[in-house]
Order: sequence, then structure tokens, then C-alpha cells
Amino acid sequence: MSELLVVEDLKKHFPVTRGIIIQKQIASVKAVDGVSFTVNAGETLGVVGESGCGKSTMARCIMRLLDPTEGKITFDGRDITHLSRAQMRPIRREMMMIFQDPYASLNPRKRVGFIVAEALEVHKIGTAAETKKRVQDLLDIVGLNPEHYNRFPHEFSGGQRQRIGIARALAVNPKLIVCDEPVSALDVSVQAQILNLLKDLQSEFKLTYVFIAHDLNVVRHISDRVMVMYLGHAVEIASRDQLYAEPKHPYSGALLSAVPIPDPTIRRDRKRVVLEGDVPNPINPPSACWFHPRCPRFHEGHCDVETPELLPRGGPGHVAACHYPLERWPMTEAEVRDPSVAAASAPVD
Amino acid sequence: MSLLEVRDLKTHFKTDDGIVRAVDGVSFSVEKGKTLGIVGESGSGKSVTCLTIMGLNPKQNTITSGEALFNGENLLAASSRRLREIRGNDIAMIFQDPMTSLNPVHTVGTQLVEAILLHRDITKKQAKARALELLKAVGIPRADRRIDDYPHQFSGGMRQRVMIAMALVNDPDLLIADEPTTALDVTTQAQILSLMSRLQEEFGSAIIMITHDLGVVAEIADEVVVMYAARVAEKAPVDELFKRPRHPYTWGLLGSLPRLDANVERLVQIPGSPPSLLNPPRGCRFHPRCAYVMEVCKGEEPQLMQAEVAGHLQACYLDEETKVREAEKLLETMTAEARI
Repeated sequence: MSELLVVEDLKKHFPVTRGIIIQKQIASVKAVDGVSFTVNAGETLGVVGESGCGKSTMARCIMRLLDPTEGKITFDGRDITHLSRAQMRPIRREMMMIFQDPYASLNPRKRVGFIVAEALEVHKIGTAAETKKRVQDLLDIVGLNPEHYNRFPHEFSGGQRQRIGIARALAVNPKLIVCDEPVSALDVSVQAQILNLLKDLQSEFKLTYVFIAHDLNVVRHISDRVMVMYLGHAVEIASRDQLYAEPKHPYSGALLSAVPIPDPTIRRDRKRVVLEGDVPNPINPPSACWFHPRCPRFHEGHCDVETPELLPRGGPGHVAACHYPLERWPMTEAEVRDPSVAAASAPVD
Repeated sequence: MSLLEVRDLKTHFKTDDGIVRAVDGVSFSVEKGKTLGIVGESGSGKSVTCLTIMGLNPKQNTITSGEALFNGENLLAASSRRLREIRGNDIAMIFQDPMTSLNPVHTVGTQLVEAILLHRDITKKQAKARALELLKAVGIPRADRRIDDYPHQFSGGMRQRVMIAMALVNDPDLLIADEPTTALDVTTQAQILSLMSRLQEEFGSAIIMITHDLGVVAEIADEVVVMYAARVAEKAPVDELFKRPRHPYTWGLLGSLPRLDANVERLVQIPGSPPSLLNPPRGCRFHPRCAYVMEVCKGEEPQLMQAEVAGHLQACYLDEETKVREAEKLLETMTAEARI
């Protein structure tokens, strides 16, 4: 499989300034702080993490909507990190984005036909008649009535608007679509419709997705590989099955065990790792391992001194940034804290 | 006697476009110290049901009928003065958005003290001691210092803890929580849910938990009401609902959830979107989206009927045999295979 997108040591720091006339930079928010990963053509990379972990900033850097502070982004074999706006334009045809809020991401004063056709016009593809035909085809593909071409966004429900957003992203036949929380504003029954649609489109048009979400259930459903982010860092990257069956990083474990399972029989005997406290302030992040103040497996003098690298753990392609990766899963909090308890109470099978 | 007994509650709003039947004949009851989960999609009437019970709807354009008996007293007929006594004292409410439900220009301590002094005849000093005790109970670290902080100095999860403290200030018998964890991250959500169950044991309050997340319901509820388009579609004890769901809408909800504990290639999708309550479909309100629709569904609206187990009510005309078969087929596709 060929690599469509390669991100190396991507950093995005936002300056914090003080003073009105003479602005001095007093600190920086390290929104993304050294993230590396690859996305292969035709696969879906899921990105999960809590709010403020830098997932959306990362997506905007990949799209070059924000200029990365450091690092290198290679798209389809070409380094796009420092391309100018004009140089980026032909590449923008190849990578599109779907946004979270279907209400705010469509211009309320433009008709649906215009919204979907805009990318075609910007890139000067086709004649007016061809464009109209293409737009109607697109509306049909995403499950909307092609006759709704002349309606305004407010005439559609949330799920239908998200379909318009998807049609717009598909218009120029992109290779990569970055989906930033595309279903989190939708009701569950509508969410299922959109997830199914995204899967169908992927197999039909050989699309590659970077799928950002905070809902681990959704990410599990749609992804081939998953990256877990915490405070601007990738803490674990693995294939979907490996990550959900055998998470190696204690943070991934805590995230998994925090997800409510729609089955009341499970809640009683479920093993859980409950995290205390909140995500730290990214202006002044903790030293070394960013997770150490909340980690049940914190070893003083090691985790707060030496920064863990993303190292291979477990199966092929499974990497985690932790000095003391989890031995097995599921584990209770006490077992995570003291692995010897884990060994003693390990099931026989 | 149940703590709260809601009978045939109807809330209609007069709007320029006509009458919106936001709640249209809803009945349920809440037992002392138990948790009732109300699940449904946006616009199904779950929040309006609770706002009506609390008497918080705008008066001039609301038509309410039915009964909401709280300890035998009909809240819908109570005077606004009496309601003010009950609210915050016997029934308290937690809202979805902790950002907007606290006053940004007062410290959290002031706001807690205000809530206590409104209902109790004690000194300010005693009230402050009580406020501090509650902030500690909801797990705010260094509560003695944080009590003088303003809401913006707290994170989302901490603000929701403050809201819970404020709701518990007068030991309410009933706590209504309207999507209390929807705006929070999963790890914070897990903290808040376990805090709520712990406080329920400690204070013995009953809880009405409004949510759209079946996972949250499975986690915390004893009994569940599934609402669709202003009506109750199904009502059952929590184990029963997840083991033997008997309404096609509940199947749709369960099947459309991507799950951590099962591998599903394709999610079940309910076609279309929820109906407008200005002009709901005739007959069963779910029939335009239902895969099992029959002629009878389009005619008369189904009433809640007893399923095979006591306490399990459902409103669907489908025969028992088909329901058992379809529910089992659905649950089979979701058998837990992954380890959690």
C-alpha cells in the first residue's frame, strides 16, 4: 500500500502575547507538539482524544489552513509544508475537509447548488451545464433529492446539511478527506446514516479518510488504524483491533474504560481505570511524559524526567509512548498501578 | 406511593405556525431513591417534559394538561409561589451546559450560599460552611480556596460538579438532570456519572436522567422511558429493555449505535428524520420510518400495552412472535466479542 500522507514531527505553537502597543510574546500554547504518522491510500486513520488535545489544530495544519511551526507534511509524494497559496491551489483539489457543525459550515445566503459547485468553479472544471449535471449527480450520490438544487441550507435538517457538506467535499474528486468530528452534532439515528454513507463513498471512490472524533465507538466503527492523542502528542498508534483489544498506553486504557457500554449487565463487573483531574494547561505542560500527573502507573524519577518515545509495543505497527506499557487488558486501576497484582490475579485461560 | 407520578402529561406551545405538541400524553412514575432514564433524540420532548414538571415553561403561550403528582401534590395546579418553594428545595435541576448555568459575575460560593439562604432560616456563616461541605462532597480539590473563585476559573467538569453541589444544597428528594454529561469529555463523563451514583446512595435522592446516550442509561438508570415524537414508545426496567427490547424504534436506536463491545460491519439505520410536532403523522408516529409498518399503524395511535414481563410497556401493534424474533436477531449481531 502506498503512503498518501506522511506527517513528520509536526508542531504548531500559538504565541501568547502581552501588551497592547508593544506586544511581547510571553509564552506559547503547544497545541500540537511533535506528531508523526502516515496514512496509506484507501485507509481510514481515526484520531481520538479529549477536547484540547490538538486534534483539530493538527487537521488544519495538514490542510495548510494553519502554517505549522515545525515539521514536514508530505502529500502524495510532494512536500507541501512550505508551498505558497498559489502553489497550494492545485493540491487543494486533492484534499478536502468535512466540518463538525453542519449549521455553521454552509453559507446561509447561498443556494445548495452554488455551495456544492463552488469548488468546481474555483478550479475551473467543466462548463456551466456540466457543472449543474455534476452537482445534481453529487446530491443524488449523498442521498439528497437532485431537485433540491435551488434550496437554501436552512430548509434542510442537520443530517441533510451534513450530506451537503459531504457532496461539496466530493465535488472535485479528492484523494484525501479530513473529517473533523463530522457526526458529533447529530442524533444517533442520523449519525448511523452518515457513517454508513461515508463508508459506502469510501469503497466507491477509493477515498482516504483522516477521521477525527472524540467518540471512541464511532472511531472504532469507521477506522482501520487509530491514533490516540493527548495534549498535543500522539501517545499510541495501532490498528483498530489491536488498540481496542490490547491498548498499551495507560491513557488509551482509561479512555476505553470510560466509554459507557449500552448493556446494563456489563456495568457491574467491568474493570475500570478512572482518571482523576483534568487535562493540564498546554501553556505549561507537565515535564517529560505529558500524562504523568494523572497516570495511575506513574514512576517518580523516571516518567517525570525522561520523555517516552513512540516505540513498538505488541503487534506489528503498534506503537505507544510509555515507559511502562500495559501488560494486558482489561485491568482494574489497582492492577494498572501495581503490575505484580496483575500477574497474581491474571485469569488462568 | 411513588415519589413522582406523571399522568397523561400534555404540553402544547402556541406558535405563529400553529400548535406544537411538544409533549403529547406522557405517563411515568419515579420511585424514591431510584433513577429513571429518559432517552430520545432531539425534539422528542424529553426536556420539555421535565421543564413542565418544574413549571418552567413560558406561561403566555403554553397549554398544559394532565397531572404531575409529587408526594401526592399536583405540581401543574400549584401556585407559582408554592412552586418556588418546591424548586431548589424538594426538586432540583442540573442543566446540560455548565458554562451558561452559573452566573459569571458572582463567585461560586456566593451562588451556593444564595441557594441555601433562599430555603433555610440560617445565618450566612452557617450557609457558607454548608456550601463548603458540599463542594468537598462533590470532589472539588482544595474546596476551601476554590469557594471564592469565579465560574470561569473552573474547567467544564469542575463546573458541572459545582452545579451538582448547588442542586444538592437542600437535600432534594428528586434531582432532574438534563443531559448533564453531554458537553463533557468521556473521562470527565465517567467521573461525573460515578459521582452522581455515589451521591445518590449518600443523599437518597431519586434522579430523572435525561439523555440521548443509551450507554449512559445502561450505566446509571434503574428504569428507562424511550420517547419518540412527544410520546412514550417503550418503558421498562433497564435490564429488560436491553435484553428484550419490544419496539421497532428502540431496535433502531440500539442498532444505530456503533459499539465498543461488538463488531458490526454496517450500522442499522432508521431512514428519514424525526417528524415535525406541528403536524405529526397520523396513527403511530413512527410508522413513516418503521420497517415493519402495517395498515393498522397508519390508522389509530397505539397505546402503551403490557409486554410479557410486568412493568414492561410498549406501544406497537406488531405481534409478539415477530417482536421476539426480530429482537433476538438484532441482539445476536451485537453479541459481545471484544474484551472490555
